[in-house]
Amino acid sequence: MASSRGKSVIGRFGVHIAVLVFVAIWTIPTLGILVSSLRDKDQLIVSGWWTALSTSSQTEAGRTDAADKQVEKDGKFLIMGNLFGAGDARTVTAFGTKAQQPTQFEAGTAADLGEGVTLQVNDDGSYVMSSPKAFEITRGQRVYFSASAPPRFTTDNYRTVLFSEGIGRSFINSLTVTIPATIIPILIAAYAAYALAWMRFPGRALLIAVIIGLLVVPLQMSLIPLLKLYNGVGLFFGVPAKTYLGIWLAHTGFGLPFAIYLLRSYIAGLPREIMESARIDGASDFEIFVKIVLPLSFPVLASFAIFQFLWVWNDLLVAMVFLGSGSDQLVLTGKLNALLGSRGGDWEILTTSAFVTIIVPLIVFFSLQRYFVRGLLAGSVKGG
Amino acid sequence: MTAQILSAIFTIIVGVGGCVVYYWGANKILDAVFPSRGVSGAAAVDNLRRQGLIRPWLFVGPAMLIVTVYLVYPVIETLRLSFMDRGGENFVGLANYSWAFGDREFRNSIFNNLLWLAVVPAACTFFGLIIAVLTDKIWWGNIAKSLVFLPLAISFVGASVIWKFVYEYRAEGQTQIGILNAAVQYLGGNPQVWISTPFWNNFFLMVILIWIQTGFAMVILSSALRGIPEETIEAAVIDGANPFQIFWKIMVPQIWGTIAVVWTTITILVLKVFDIVLTMTNGQWNSQVLANLMFDWMFRGGGDFGRGAAIAVIIMLAVVPIMIWNIRQANREGGGGH
Repeated sequence: MASSRGKSVIGRFGVHIAVLVFVAIWTIPTLGILVSSLRDKDQLIVSGWWTALSTSSQTEAGRTDAADKQVEKDGKFLIMGNLFGAGDARTVTAFGTKAQQPTQFEAGTAADLGEGVTLQVNDDGSYVMSSPKAFEITRGQRVYFSASAPPRFTTDNYRTVLFSEGIGRSFINSLTVTIPATIIPILIAAYAAYALAWMRFPGRALLIAVIIGLLVVPLQMSLIPLLKLYNGVGLFFGVPAKTYLGIWLAHTGFGLPFAIYLLRSYIAGLPREIMESARIDGASDFEIFVKIVLPLSFPVLASFAIFQFLWVWNDLLVAMVFLGSGSDQLVLTGKLNALLGSRGGDWEILTTSAFVTIIVPLIVFFSLQRYFVRGLLAGSVKGG
Repeated sequence: MTAQILSAIFTIIVGVGGCVVYYWGANKILDAVFPSRGVSGAAAVDNLRRQGLIRPWLFVGPAMLIVTVYLVYPVIETLRLSFMDRGGENFVGLANYSWAFGDREFRNSIFNNLLWLAVVPAACTFFGLIIAVLTDKIWWGNIAKSLVFLPLAISFVGASVIWKFVYEYRAEGQTQIGILNAAVQYLGGNPQVWISTPFWNNFFLMVILIWIQTGFAMVILSSALRGIPEETIEAAVIDGANPFQIFWKIMVPQIWGTIAVVWTTITILVLKVFDIVLTMTNGQWNSQVLANLMFDWMFRGGGDFGRGAAIAVIIMLAVVPIMIWNIRQANREGGGGH
């Protein structure tokens, strides 16, 4: 008995640890870009984001002033100055004059450069180079130093990506695509779902089967014919082939099977008595739909709206095919993809842009998680 | 930019308003053409019957039209185009398919897709199930679930940036800013260029999809687990079953149906995976997959619609069994209808 209790305590402890490990693996990558997007870009490239709170150090190279700045004092010739620019908060921990030994001397000590020449670099970056003879160097002495900086957090990255990298504009474009592409299919699907659930007409069973079949048709099957169709329509009417109207309709088309499927199974489950008593009172199908079915279906409409919103906002493929790549049409996902190509190593731009693109879905997700989960369950578990 | 916002708002109003006007107006016209009120009894019954015949089509009409234009017609047209040349004008028989199976890049894509299909659905279901079971036992389980679920809201492109940062590589001896290489170096290993190492890079791309989709599997399976009758588990406990036996012999068999649904849903998603490969490698270093190859051929050298269509058809073929299974499943549940 004692041993089994001991085991279960260990077991329970193990469960906590295991879940903690899973949660860590699932959150650390996202945390990484959030932290990085708020870091100073110079620190970002020299230290891991997990060290963001500690002081970072970085080896740099600088140069002293040349002989023309020397002053004579007490029989010695001195060149004085500061390795840092004004307002630099960093401190020098060590310095050297050879690239192979950049931290040969501690800050504050004098390094012997031979022939009586000494160089002292202090921790605030100021230096004194002294020589018994007049300096004749035309270029300053190379100085390598290790500078450490206190952790710095900034919103500069956000200002940069929003206003000068074009992410702000793409944000508006994404909204322009997403909002109509979410509302239009809801309306069309709700009417169709009601008809398929509560109205009797020939071919209904076949239509339902077609909708369920279309649920799994890969988008790839539609792209080429639609691209040809859009180009043809554009050519025929002399209008651009890539328009917002075009992508709204495309997203509506691709979203409809799931919308009809999800809404129909919910609407079919509404109590029959309500419909029948309304019908006896003389209400037409249209009135029943608008006054009874729509209000009762709010939860499932919300579920679908969240799905469609996330799907359209996060979509890259449809946007790449049906929208142009100019700044007036490039959506966030497309912009992020373009930045990955053009700003490949600029992690301050990439992490910040990525965070801007995921923040809206995250807010929607967290505030409406209940509906989202309900939709997931209804959409994938039949009759659930 | 303000002009764009205004025009967006305007078109939203016009589009949504247009839909409302259509449904409302069509209904009004139908009532006017076949009046059921204020006419003689026999005529009213006749007109009501006529209304009943027409009205369903007014309701499903717009949906049918859009679905036909955007899904039904393209599926047939893609099939046709897959037997045509690059411009879609001349019939070339099976040339696109025989090209595909002789093409090195295509064969590489098929191989990679099979790898993805073997690993991703299994891994998502496995991790989802484990997390669902474990989080049910602890007080902060719901918070943990939310956090595992969260990547589901992130776009594939966003996730790719997130993971590219995880995989970031710096030469040996430099400070690693990618957390994976930092961990490897901390443990005494050498930093690796994860995403451009052929074969293994596939797995590092798969991790991204697994990371996104595990939350989905977890939520569905967690709800299925809650539906298991308590008595079956209690009986097993009384019979002296250990937790692993309860899990494998009592719980898993009772949720097989749900596991199958999760598995097939993720399988379909895997077949369509495009964004991750495009943004991470664009098919370089032998990491190509069918969906990205198809997109590539749509535009490569002005676009080869025949080859693109053939690749799309091959993706479609893989989905067909699942499609048939779904339809039969739905029919068995009462042919659809109340």
